Parts: sequence; C-alpha cells; structure tokens
Amino acid sequence: MTKYALQRMIQAIPLLFLVTIVTYFIMNLAPGGPLSMYLHNPHVTQSQIAVLAKQLGLNQPWYVRYFKWLWALLHGNWGYSYFSGQPVIQLIGERLPNTLILMVAAFLVSLCFGIPLGIYSATHQYSLFDYTFSFLSFFAWAMPSFFFGLLLQMIFAVKLGWLPVAGMYSEFYPPSLWELLRHLILPTTVLGLGSLAGWSRFMRSGLLEVIRQDYIRTAKAKGLKERSVVLKHALKNALLPIVTIIGMDLPGFFGGAVITEEIFAWPGMGRLFLSALNDRDYPVQMAALLISAALLILGNLLADLAYGLLDPRIQYN
Amino acid sequence: MATANLPPLDTALETDPMQDSGVSSFRKFWRRFSRHRLALVGLGILVFLILVSIFAPLLTPYSPTAPNLAHVLLPPSAAHPLGTDALGRDVLARLMYGGRVSFMVGFFSMIIATSIGVVWGATSGYLGGIWDTLMMRFVDLVMSFPAIFLLLVVLNLTGANASVGLMILYLGLFGWTGLSRIVRSQVLSLRSQEYVEAARAQGASNARILFKHVLPGAMAPVWVSAAFGVAGSMLAEASLDFLGFGLQPQIPSWGNMLDSAESYIVTHPLLILAPGLVITIAVVAINFVGDALRDALDPRSTAGMQRIG
Repeated sequence: MTKYALQRMIQAIPLLFLVTIVTYFIMNLAPGGPLSMYLHNPHVTQSQIAVLAKQLGLNQPWYVRYFKWLWALLHGNWGYSYFSGQPVIQLIGERLPNTLILMVAAFLVSLCFGIPLGIYSATHQYSLFDYTFSFLSFFAWAMPSFFFGLLLQMIFAVKLGWLPVAGMYSEFYPPSLWELLRHLILPTTVLGLGSLAGWSRFMRSGLLEVIRQDYIRTAKAKGLKERSVVLKHALKNALLPIVTIIGMDLPGFFGGAVITEEIFAWPGMGRLFLSALNDRDYPVQMAALLISAALLILGNLLADLAYGLLDPRIQYN
Repeated sequence: MATANLPPLDTALETDPMQDSGVSSFRKFWRRFSRHRLALVGLGILVFLILVSIFAPLLTPYSPTAPNLAHVLLPPSAAHPLGTDALGRDVLARLMYGGRVSFMVGFFSMIIATSIGVVWGATSGYLGGIWDTLMMRFVDLVMSFPAIFLLLVVLNLTGANASVGLMILYLGLFGWTGLSRIVRSQVLSLRSQEYVEAARAQGASNARILFKHVLPGAMAPVWVSAAFGVAGSMLAEASLDFLGFGLQPQIPSWGNMLDSAESYIVTHPLLILAPGLVITIAVVAINFVGDALRDALDPRSTAGMQRIG
C-alpha cells in the first residue's frame, strides 16, 4: 500500500509539471500581454513601454521566460499582483485557508448527511421517506447553486434575520469560532447540497444492488441481525462506487466554491480569482489556476488511495 | 470497400450486434425506458418547454429585449402574467425566448463534446500503445484543471462576454474528457471480440472496423452521457452568466435573467423565482430522462450529470 501510494504520488509530478506549462501558455495568449493596460494611456509613451518590457523580461523567447518563471515559482516567488502590488503568494496565503474551510465543511456535511440518508432510503425502500427524499434530491441536484444560494440568503438572512447575509466574520462582534460557524452555515449548505443529494442517491442505489447479492442472503440466513448485515457486510461494498463518484465530483466543489464565495462575499480564492479576472491581474489568475489544479490532483490522489484501502481486490503492482 | 465481393454467408458478420434485432431492440429499449413514469413526465415537460421557446414569437406579443421604461417592475397582471423586469420587459416573454438560448447552448455544446469525446476515446482505445498513452495523458491533463477555472480564464481572454456560438464552442471544448475515458474503455473491451477479429480477417480497414463494428457496440454510455451533458451545459452556462463572465448581458437567457434580478431579490422575488424555477425544472426533466436512459441502455454505469458549479 505504501509503495502504491508513493508510486501514485510520483506519477502526479509530471502531471503538475504539464499543468504549469498549460497555465503559462494560456496566460501568454492574453491579448497585448501584461502591458496592454498602458497602450491607450496618453501619459505612457511607446519607448517607456519598451523599457518596461525589457525590465520585465518580456522581450525574451517564451521558453526562457517559462523556465525562469518556473524556477522562481519553485522558490516561492510567485510574482506580484498587477492590481495591488502585493506578493501573489501572500494573497494566496490569506485566501486559500478560507476556501479550504468552506470546502472541507461542505464536504463533511455532504458526507455525514448524504451517506446515512442514502442508507436509510435504501433500507426503507418504497417508504414515504424514500419517495419524498428521492424526489427532493433530484431537485437539489438540478438546482443551480447560485439560485439556491440567493433563495437561502433571501429567506434566512434578509426576511428572518436568523443568519448573517454575507462575509466570514461580523463587523460588530470580535472574530470568534461561533461567529465563523454562524457565517459558515449558509455557504456550506449551498456548496454541499448538490453533492449531498447526488451521493445519497448513489449510496441508495449502490446499497440496493448489494443487498440483492447472494452473500447478503447467506449472512441473513445465518441469523445475523438486519442492522449488522447492512452495516457490516453490505455497506463496505456499496461504498466503493461512492468513492469514485466523490472523486468525480471534486471539480464541482471548486466551481461551487467560486459561485458560493461570490454570493456570500466569502473572502476566499474564488473571489480572488474573479476579481483577478476583472482586473486582468494575470499573476493572480495564474496562481489561482495552478493552486486549483494542484488541489484537484491531490484530491484525485486521495480518492484513489481511499479506493485502494476499501477494495482489497486492487493489486498493488 | 470489399463488402461487395463477399459471399452472402459472410454478410451476417457485417451487421453489428446492436442492430441485428432491428425494431424489436427498440421496442425492448422503449419498454425499459417507459417503465420510468418520471422519465415520461420529464420528456413531456421538455417537449413543452422546447415547443414554447420555438414558437415564442407566436405566443407572446412582447419583445424579450426592447426596454419599455413606462412599464418598469410591474407586478403580475393579465397583460404581464409574470410582471416586468427593471427595464420594463415582459418576464414571461424573456423566459420563452431565454429557453431558445438555454436549450441551444445545452444541445449544441453536447453535440461538440460528444463528438470529440467519442472520436478521441475510440481512437485512443483502438490504436492502443503509445498513442493511447499520449491521448489519455492529455485527457488527464485537461481534467487536472477544474473546468470552471479554465472556462472563466478563456472566456475572459476573448473579451468578458461571449456570443451564443462562442459559449457553445467553449462548453463543448471543455466538456468531452470524461466521455472519452468511458468510450476508450468500451472500445478496449470490444476490439478483441471475435466479430471484430472476423472483420479484420476479411480485410476491413481500421476506420471501417472502428466506426462500423466497434463503435456501435460502445454507444450505450454515449447516449446516457449525452443526455446528462445537455443538462450540465445548461447549468454551466447559467452559472457563468451569473458570475458575469457568460453571455452578453443583452442576450435573453435564463442565467442572465437571474444575474440581473439579483439586486431585486427582496423587493421583486418573482424576478429570481421565475427563471430559477424554470431552469431547475428543465434540468430535473433532462435528468429524469437521463436516468431512464441509463437504466434502459447501460444499467451498471455510474454516469450522471457533471456539475461545474
């Protein structure tokens, strides 16, 4: 297992390397390059632009610039924001933890509610709960997350005033864990709802399929309690496809985080990325693209390892 | 092609296993599909929504785009069943015309994504070897980026707001990778089957074997993925509109309607509810159909709608 884990990690390195090339290439497609904002400024002359280009090394061939950029990247020098002048790594350092808090919270909520709800639905097939929950989860999965977010905001924050409208901490109270949790509830619900619905449906159908298998009948025939048959014998096999689904849904979490942060003014990477797009702040865009890809590769790696742990049939080497 | 010279006995080998039972296999499919009553309801809703958006000019006297500043933010009435928006445009008319944009984006981007996914996956699986490795590593690479980040960057590079055609192209270009993996694994398992060997022994060309013999057997997950692809693209387009990097704001689309209604959420909630519910219903309807398709064609697959946000 350790060897398999190490192998998969080593396989991720060339992928990360390619990711940096693609990121660099896309950003170099930008029309006019980083100095285009000066092109229509009457106070900046053509020769000044040429001096700036030389200072920034823009007159070198792209591969020279790429390797210089990569070298600096590996040494923690991620450049400076065109917009605020702050080091990019500092901006990321401020925003990334907030996004991770939101994503981990939503992930845990989807997992902790979605899986048990799916199990309950499966063990109570054709009950009123099963029908209602299945029907609702179809809608939850299909609803655009921003629509759901706006609805929650309107009902629970504006009309009822139970929860804060937006932000991560209150302007009126000192930051505390309690304040953070209050502010987390709505964004977490929005980000987690889709996957909660999707995972519980897959859990339900997966468990129903496993329950029909012969070895489950054997376990029941041995006189084991229904509860232990489901939880011990059936669940472990029914969880396998769920791990794949969770891995497939990871990119959705990133997109969801961008949208959720935008609705609830959550100070995370998603909003940083959106404002960097609006400001044509290419160093920040590049960093956001790189970090999101690196996190996604890491997430897929973890999903693979979890699959390996759950499924003894997978052979390492 | 060599087929014309073959003795009659061998022509049986030329018909692929999916088509040999012709009509009856469609009947079998329809029996399994129509078992899902919700899928039939979904199909009905879709046909209704599509017809309404196609015949929008006959069904409503209002323009979806021309502002009417004398009738701003009217409540629902007989003349305007869902009221008017901040520029005095009839909300119902905008919903109907918006359906054209949403369904067009969903359908045509699915066509692009499915075509690329099928050709890429099939070629990769059929060629095998170094080509397979290279092509699949490329898929890994594209899939390493969260789709929404790539879409936002590319949309932003080509000037913040896209035309309908450009949006279709981008959603198609970034939506094929998952399908290509599925098609590849199907082709890998089919290409060593005996009927494929037989075709090869008859001297059929690679392209003929692939498109005539292997692919038809690999199509079941493609139809399923195509159905879910339409829904995923429609949601993605609406999300991009909402983030301000989608279609040009003057194009009446469900996402743009939601985006422009955000500031009226407290005073005029109907402006949010109407497009939000319509898009949810459309996506649910497509997913009902997709679920039934999966049950009828490819019950073991875990295919589903991919959400980018």
